Amino acid sequence: MSETLSAGSPTGSSTPLMRFAALGTSILATLLGLLWALNAADTGMAIHGWIFTLASALTLGYLAKNLNPTKVNPFEAVDQGYSFSVVRYGAIASIFWGVVGFLVGLVIALQLAAPALNFDWPFTNFGRLRPLHTSAVIFAFGGNVLLCTSFYTVQRTCRTKLAGELAPWFVFWGYQLFIVLAATGYVLGITQGKEYAEPEWYVDLWLTVVWVVYLLVFLGTLMKRKEPHIYVGNWFFLAFIVTVAMLHLVNNTTIPLSLTSSSSVIVWSGVQDAMVQWWYGHNAVGFFLTAGFLGIMYYFVPKRAERPIYSYRLSIIHFWSLIFLYIWAGPHHLHYTALPDWAQTLGMVFSVMLWMPSWGGMINGLMTLSGAWDKLRTDPVIRMLVVSVAFYGMSTFEGPVMSIKAVNSLSHYTDWTIGHVHSGALGWVGFVSFGALYCLVPWVWGRERLYSVKMVSWHFWIATIGIVLYICAMWVAGIMQGLMWRTYNSLGFLEYSFAETVAAMSPYYWIRALGGLLFVIGSLIMAYNLYKTIRGDLREEDLPTGQVATA
Amino acid sequence: MSKFSHEKFEKNSILLLVGILVMVAIGGLVEIVPLFLVKSTIEKVEGIRPYSPLELEGRQIYVREGCYVCHSQMIRSLRAEVERYGHYSLAAESMYDHPFQWGSRRTGPDLARVGGKYSDDWHRVHMDDPRAVVPESIMPGYPFLAKTPLNYSDLVMRLKANRVAGVPYTDEMIATAVEDLEAQSNPDADWDGLLERYPGAVTRDFDGNPEVISELDALVAYLQMLGTLVDYDVFEPEADGNQR
Repeated sequence: MSETLSAGSPTGSSTPLMRFAALGTSILATLLGLLWALNAADTGMAIHGWIFTLASALTLGYLAKNLNPTKVNPFEAVDQGYSFSVVRYGAIASIFWGVVGFLVGLVIALQLAAPALNFDWPFTNFGRLRPLHTSAVIFAFGGNVLLCTSFYTVQRTCRTKLAGELAPWFVFWGYQLFIVLAATGYVLGITQGKEYAEPEWYVDLWLTVVWVVYLLVFLGTLMKRKEPHIYVGNWFFLAFIVTVAMLHLVNNTTIPLSLTSSSSVIVWSGVQDAMVQWWYGHNAVGFFLTAGFLGIMYYFVPKRAERPIYSYRLSIIHFWSLIFLYIWAGPHHLHYTALPDWAQTLGMVFSVMLWMPSWGGMINGLMTLSGAWDKLRTDPVIRMLVVSVAFYGMSTFEGPVMSIKAVNSLSHYTDWTIGHVHSGALGWVGFVSFGALYCLVPWVWGRERLYSVKMVSWHFWIATIGIVLYICAMWVAGIMQGLMWRTYNSLGFLEYSFAETVAAMSPYYWIRALGGLLFVIGSLIMAYNLYKTIRGDLREEDLPTGQVATA
Repeated sequence: MSKFSHEKFEKNSILLLVGILVMVAIGGLVEIVPLFLVKSTIEKVEGIRPYSPLELEGRQIYVREGCYVCHSQMIRSLRAEVERYGHYSLAAESMYDHPFQWGSRRTGPDLARVGGKYSDDWHRVHMDDPRAVVPESIMPGYPFLAKTPLNYSDLVMRLKANRVAGVPYTDEMIATAVEDLEAQSNPDADWDGLLERYPGAVTRDFDGNPEVISELDALVAYLQMLGTLVDYDVFEPEADGNQR
């Protein structure tokens, strides 16, 4: 690891000019929001106009009060000149959105088991809450984890503070505003109707502004680094930021009905829209949920294990082949559909090839523990990180299998897909995020160790049992339903009506909900543990032998 | 080859950025661009037309409520699927769908050819309380649709935006949009103009309440036309232009 812990770096203070410019911008934003709220063509847009106005006005008030910042950073000694305040905010936001997103997931899991829980109201039906769940866990939880870990990693590995004084804060708060606009939109029925890209045109535009600033902050920090080499974790973060920008812009190309309408018409249609959507959708997985979180793995696993990355060469090969191959995999979501055959076949072939770089990454992560395997026994945080990499390996094997057309003809449209996604999302993304947060919170709050190491163990086991219940239930449900749909009776007719196959799902939906409940309980334990850690409390515990009080 | 060193990328953030951009651009370009250039991507079939105004607003309700989260509109070319739902879906059938609604999960059945399969009465009861007609169903109820008058104040703008996106709405269609929407669910209206502009459009009072045009009127009008435009008695799947 090309980094020293005691990196001192200059504390640049923002120029008054910059602060005045920011002040001016927020005055403009407030006025724009007002204009928008008062002229809105529909209620949804009016509500969003007011939310935007409120956010801008709060920013304005804050900037006006702090034109000449005199506040002393209480974490001066911890920060050593780095910008860790925004990392602390990001960590708290991650925990908050994580719990919210998992809870909404539990609610919709229960709705499938007991449809009465939809209450037959517009705001609470499954169709509106499901995007709320997916966006909350992917973009709100995952996004905040990526924001705070990338901001932390890039500073440490470049031995310099973040580029820009206000820009990182704009990225953080701007991103939270994006989440609030997207989430309230879903509940109000404002949606583009594209999976994982539901937010409407103006929310997309706002995200684009935030994302460009994010790229500039990240790139600016890389450029003023005090290390000759850019650390491998940062390659992955950079690929994640750049590619997500590309995907977002192309997939959301849209024509608003008017500047004051919350509704728009996507320029793509039918088969082309399907291809663009799954090019986006699969690479939201590939770059948001994989490349970004591999960046986390490449920093936090070696750091926590106190071992160097297993193979430098492997990380180079794995990086370039992963980002090159992933982009091609989208059409495996469209096997046997009206998408031309050549595109389906391309998608399948590249998906199968993708297995190799994926496992290259897994091997690099796991083998980093060479010589430190004993830590699996003593440190539940490293256990969490290692199991996350194992889940990564499992779901990146399952994915290529499911992308084979013959397999896909059975698995597509069933809960097998849902199970596959969750072994990746709960096992890989969830656990690597929890592991990173368990490392990060004591580091950036300057605590000697976590409040309770035992609680991490509890979190680990409860959540693991939850994941196993979840994915096993979905395997059985998915394969069973897929088989029932294609079962013929002795007379040559389809054996089961669709409704019969729905009824057969019921027990598995209950088991899945139970798995989800356990995962939520685990996350609440984490939230409590990290809250106490932030407060500086230490729980009296017998640490297992060999356990270092890792700060 | 021996001269190549990865160090260049590791020491220059802009070079790294450009390298990433090149690598991630290739796959998308190869897979997406030909879909716009190769003519056989979308079959030439009789009967495909833009949505009528009422159907288009109904489709908007379908999108708003997230129906695509549980229902696909894409019958795959597999025997069991064709026997359950009807002829496999053609690309042409969704060529005016902005956005496409093929879906990804069948928590409920495929809807690509649901048009004409059930009566309006069935849809009314089903939307009010799905378990009244399908006891095993786990679908949410949508009783509020019948009670909510359809807001079509943005209809003309929606048609125009669709036209910008490539849907062949004529000036005449846009001029008569509101009239056509109101006529389609009014049993006493003169439908001749509407049917000339939107051949095969189903015209009747869909929600059983002729007093108001409700969201349910629009949604059922949309559902009842799904998959009905192509006449599969004359469609030749083996013909050259229809092979992809």
